[in-house]
Amino acid sequence: MENYPQLVPLIILIPALGAIINMLVGARLTERWSSLIATTASALSFVIAILLYSYLHASGYQAAIVNPPVLQDWILIESLNINIPWQLRVDTLSVTMMLVITGVGTLIHIYSAGYMHGDPRFSRFFVYLNLFLAFMLILVAGNNFLVLFVGWEGVGLCSWFLIGFWFDKSRGIGWKNANAARKAMIANRVGDFGMLIGIFLTFWTFSTLDFYRPGEIANPHAGEHGAAVEHVEAATVEGETAGEHGDEHGDEHAAGPVYTDNEHIPTEQLGVFGQAERMLALPEGDPGRTVALGPFRADIVAVLGLITFFFLIGVTGKSAQIPLFVWLPDAMAGPTPASALIHAATMVTAGVYLMVRSNVFYAAADLTSLLVTIIGVATALVAGFVALGQWDIKRVLAYSTVSQLGFMVAAVGIGAYGAAMFHLVTHAFFKALLFLGSGSVIHGVEHGHHETHHAAHGDGHAGEADEFDPQDMRNMGGLASRMPVTYITYLIGTLALAGIWPFAGFWSKDEILGDSWVAGLVNNELGGFIALAGLLLAAAFTAFYMWRQVELVFHGRPRTEAAAHAPESSLSMLIPLIVLAVFSVIGGFINLPGNAAIPTLGLDAVLGVHQFGSFLEHSVVNIHAADLQPLIAIVALGLAIGAILMARSIYGLNRGVTADRRDVLEANASFSRMWRLANARLYWDETYRRLFEQPFNRTSQFLADTLDWAFWHDYVHDTIIAKGFRAIGTLLSQPVDLGLIDGVVNGIGRLMRWASGGLREIQTGYVRTYAVSVLLGVVVVLIILLLPYIQRALASGN
Amino acid sequence: MQLPSLSELNLGLTVPALSLALWACILLVIDLFIPRDRKSVTAWLAAGGVVFAFIANLLVYRDPGVAFMGLFVADEFAGFLNIVVLLTAFIAILMSVDYLKRTGIERGEYYVLLLMTTSGIMFMNSANDLAVVFIALELLSIPLYVLAAFRAPEERSEEAGLKYFILGAFASAFFVFGAALIYGATGSSSLPVIVDAVGRALAGEGSSLLLLLMGSGLILAGLGFKVAVVPFHMWTPDVYEGAPTPVTAFMSVGAKVGGFAALLRILLVALPALTVAEGDAVAGWQTATWVVAALTLILGNIVAISQTNIKRLLAYSSIAHAGYVLMAVAAAGTPGVSDQATRAALIYLMAYMFTNLGAFAVAMAIEKDDGSGTSLDDFKGLGRSRPLLAAIMAVFMLSLTGIPLTAGFVGKWVVFQATIEAGLYTLAVIGVLTSVISAFYYVRVIVNMFLEDGEGDPAAAATPYVQWAIYLTFAGTLVLGIIPSLVTNLSGPVALAVASLVP
Repeated sequence: MENYPQLVPLIILIPALGAIINMLVGARLTERWSSLIATTASALSFVIAILLYSYLHASGYQAAIVNPPVLQDWILIESLNINIPWQLRVDTLSVTMMLVITGVGTLIHIYSAGYMHGDPRFSRFFVYLNLFLAFMLILVAGNNFLVLFVGWEGVGLCSWFLIGFWFDKSRGIGWKNANAARKAMIANRVGDFGMLIGIFLTFWTFSTLDFYRPGEIANPHAGEHGAAVEHVEAATVEGETAGEHGDEHGDEHAAGPVYTDNEHIPTEQLGVFGQAERMLALPEGDPGRTVALGPFRADIVAVLGLITFFFLIGVTGKSAQIPLFVWLPDAMAGPTPASALIHAATMVTAGVYLMVRSNVFYAAADLTSLLVTIIGVATALVAGFVALGQWDIKRVLAYSTVSQLGFMVAAVGIGAYGAAMFHLVTHAFFKALLFLGSGSVIHGVEHGHHETHHAAHGDGHAGEADEFDPQDMRNMGGLASRMPVTYITYLIGTLALAGIWPFAGFWSKDEILGDSWVAGLVNNELGGFIALAGLLLAAAFTAFYMWRQVELVFHGRPRTEAAAHAPESSLSMLIPLIVLAVFSVIGGFINLPGNAAIPTLGLDAVLGVHQFGSFLEHSVVNIHAADLQPLIAIVALGLAIGAILMARSIYGLNRGVTADRRDVLEANASFSRMWRLANARLYWDETYRRLFEQPFNRTSQFLADTLDWAFWHDYVHDTIIAKGFRAIGTLLSQPVDLGLIDGVVNGIGRLMRWASGGLREIQTGYVRTYAVSVLLGVVVVLIILLLPYIQRALASGN
Repeated sequence: MQLPSLSELNLGLTVPALSLALWACILLVIDLFIPRDRKSVTAWLAAGGVVFAFIANLLVYRDPGVAFMGLFVADEFAGFLNIVVLLTAFIAILMSVDYLKRTGIERGEYYVLLLMTTSGIMFMNSANDLAVVFIALELLSIPLYVLAAFRAPEERSEEAGLKYFILGAFASAFFVFGAALIYGATGSSSLPVIVDAVGRALAGEGSSLLLLLMGSGLILAGLGFKVAVVPFHMWTPDVYEGAPTPVTAFMSVGAKVGGFAALLRILLVALPALTVAEGDAVAGWQTATWVVAALTLILGNIVAISQTNIKRLLAYSSIAHAGYVLMAVAAAGTPGVSDQATRAALIYLMAYMFTNLGAFAVAMAIEKDDGSGTSLDDFKGLGRSRPLLAAIMAVFMLSLTGIPLTAGFVGKWVVFQATIEAGLYTLAVIGVLTSVISAFYYVRVIVNMFLEDGEGDPAAAATPYVQWAIYLTFAGTLVLGIIPSLVTNLSGPVALAVASLVP
């Protein structure tokens, strides 16, 4: 079991291999084999992730660093002392991400086999999915920022592939899809710019990019301070504390002295986080704390503030936060399984992972952390509000994703890294579930539409019917009876997302709220107050828009023929829904709070409390696991239930859509303006268009038409250069050119011809010529060799 | 005098080189029983011998030692170069099978000769005594003379063989003369012994400095002929053009490997401390080497511009590439840089091996049965008619130019690095400038392939064997280019280990 970490390169290679196989021969395989290969690859990765987990469990959660063969000296410039190895890291944080990615990924692969059935580029889709898995696993498994960045860019690329997957759809839809892909790419490019500068700064500061070096212990204090994380000492399956485990194994296996901290490692041999901690521990004003930035010297805290700020720019791109979140709703143009995997469950959480990984940096950078909180809360609110007024079933979920990512980011901002990761995990379950559910709905409605369309064929409705949008919730309604499995699982996902006890979302969301309570009211931090107030409101939005969706899609009467004839989806699509639904129910139990006031169904005795927190603590230094605050939990639950009831009273009983296909709130005079604002997405995209796009276009237009064409070409070229040149040319051509220049040029030409002719003459083909040249060469070499000798002889002779 | 016992000969270490020579002799007999129309069997048997030697070499090469009482040394330096040579031989065999058939010169002794010269090169790599170097040199050369003339009775091929033979003999004479002078000065032909004698000579215990300097100059000339550096290069274009193409390909890599192996070993094991004045830091042969290198770079690259035949172009380009390796040899003359420079030379040779063989294989794929179709105009339109082949050729050309992500870049990088470390800035500048010049004629091939319209059909003679040769070299070029650590690590411990080899 100690050797299990050596498997970690495989977790990346297997999906990569799957992608390659499908890329090379996929077009010739049947759908069945193509999807089987991809799904097997994904499942094997999941198995490896489980093996890695079991390794961690057995080794007392000791991180392992693995150098894969071949690439270990990835970037090595000895003379400049630059060494960035291709190292992979197995620790509790990366394994958590791996389990989520491969677990949810495998389910989505299975689902895709049904969803993409009949698509002309079926195998291509699986190439992208597998490729995405490989890159995402590189991202989370890398042991330094540059490996992470390779994954970061790779998943961005796959995202681009998949958003624009249907770039060739007719009637301009393909063009829109391609545009959505471009938008994602460009928005991410802005973020990546910040990310790169952050990486450069990190390297400048620490002369390395490694998170931790081999032998270094990420968090020597893991499992010590019971004040923050309580452990249940009962000897349950997962209940053993890490510290004990670690000690046992240390005694058994370690040959040399067993270190429980990093004091024996010199600072320059530590990874970035270890170095940062050392520097931060120095007293104020110590020269070791300062970092030279060109002519300036800055304190480490200021430098970390800068680094974290630039990382934050990257995070706003990848994790769709204000101001760069605009790409994610449009990204729903891609196939739904891709939306579920990439744009809900995994890729967009990469930013949160990055910040949690860099928790040492963020914990030291108060100002950035406040900014992170503000951005997270603002995103949660804005996206939550916008989601209230959307008609597209996936767009609602997209804004919901943005909003939930805002929750996680805000949690990072207030220092609740454990809560952020917890929400990331539970969110992956229920948001993937919801997306897949919506895919099932769209699939069903599309099929229903096809059926009715075929039935009505010849009635002259063909042209009209083709504009039918299977994603528009106005075209749905009453699907609960047509698609019972989809309905029930969707309902579970909704309740989990809305944060209803005891579904997964309740535990994670309320942990974030509880942490912001502690940060605000106990530690008196500004960020805590902001987070608490903003996130409570956002949670209410969440419950409201989700229930609006349930009402519009599943309840009431069918509003179209298509909805009335929608069939339930195939088994390969339903199984992932059911599995994910189960996890959406029980997923929250991995991190039960230790507060008696919250009913835990007695599970805390079995599973222990704060399990996930103490698991992560081995890789995340500042875990901050505050308990749920009963008051907050009750308020949040009350808000959620209230919002659901309100949504039911507004949209229930088939009242949601008026006869002229307007939302009931839009029809209501007092809410009309507010609803339109949400429907128009707060004019956010329009503002960007006016602020950035149009000035950019105008500038380029000016540069192209006026400056380049009118001024440069017409005026400078034609008038000044061409006319002037012609004048001078006429003047010079006769006397100067014909006489002087021709002579010189022809002279050079003659010279070259003479030289090359000479060379060619040497290459006569006669052996005797060649032999003479060898001989002459020997003489020349001997003269060169003997010249110093002769000089010396002459010198000594004198 | 007591005869050495068999175990003292340490034959195990010589298995890779010796087995190849023995197998060549056996194959000569076996070939008699192989029917005329099934000579590809001989090719397979020869290839099998190469594979065996390759495996044997892998087994012994990390375990340094001396055999034949110190005449033969098996170290990592030799092991690495053996890998290069055996790959060359293998690829050359792949290239030959169909070529011989379609040009009607399919005779079994071809492969025997190829194996002979390969084993000669391997002995060169391991030779630890001037006499052994000479014997190995002849074992390398004589089969090559025959191979160059293998297309007889075609005139150009006969002419190539004869020219190569006469000039080669002439150059060998210089080598022997140089070796004799050194023997005269030091009283020994064993390289590790010579180094001590040189030390004594410099300390004033003998007045043999003049002999040593002349000897080293003559050896430089003799081996310089083998590796085709200016001004000992003039045979190269004629021979390369006249010889059968696979032989040219083999010669352009194999002979260079052997020549440089012997040159590096003699200069670095026997004569590293050969300085004119006692206080001099750098070896006395450094100036001569770098002048020759500079001349080679300039002339090879400039004359290549005006070539219109791909084989002649590659001939001049191979002269130029010998110049780059010689840059590393010159750099090795600076104490402290010699290990790094040796590594650079070896890496360059391996990178050059893949790329150049690949380029020759592509040239062969478009060559017509009568040996025509090798002009640069024949590449026109190849990008349209054979896109994959053209793309691969483009990569080879870029690699020969030294564009990043190809093997050629890695080779140039390490060589320039060593040259700069050695303080030979002028030489490094010349190297960079001539690389720029070389882009002109390499890129012209690419331009011809993709941007020009061809008239008629660029012949499509790439049979499976040749295709495999192309893919193999292509893979090597890319892998070395993308993961240079593979070879920089492999040759990391490659050093001449002077001290440990002195018996």
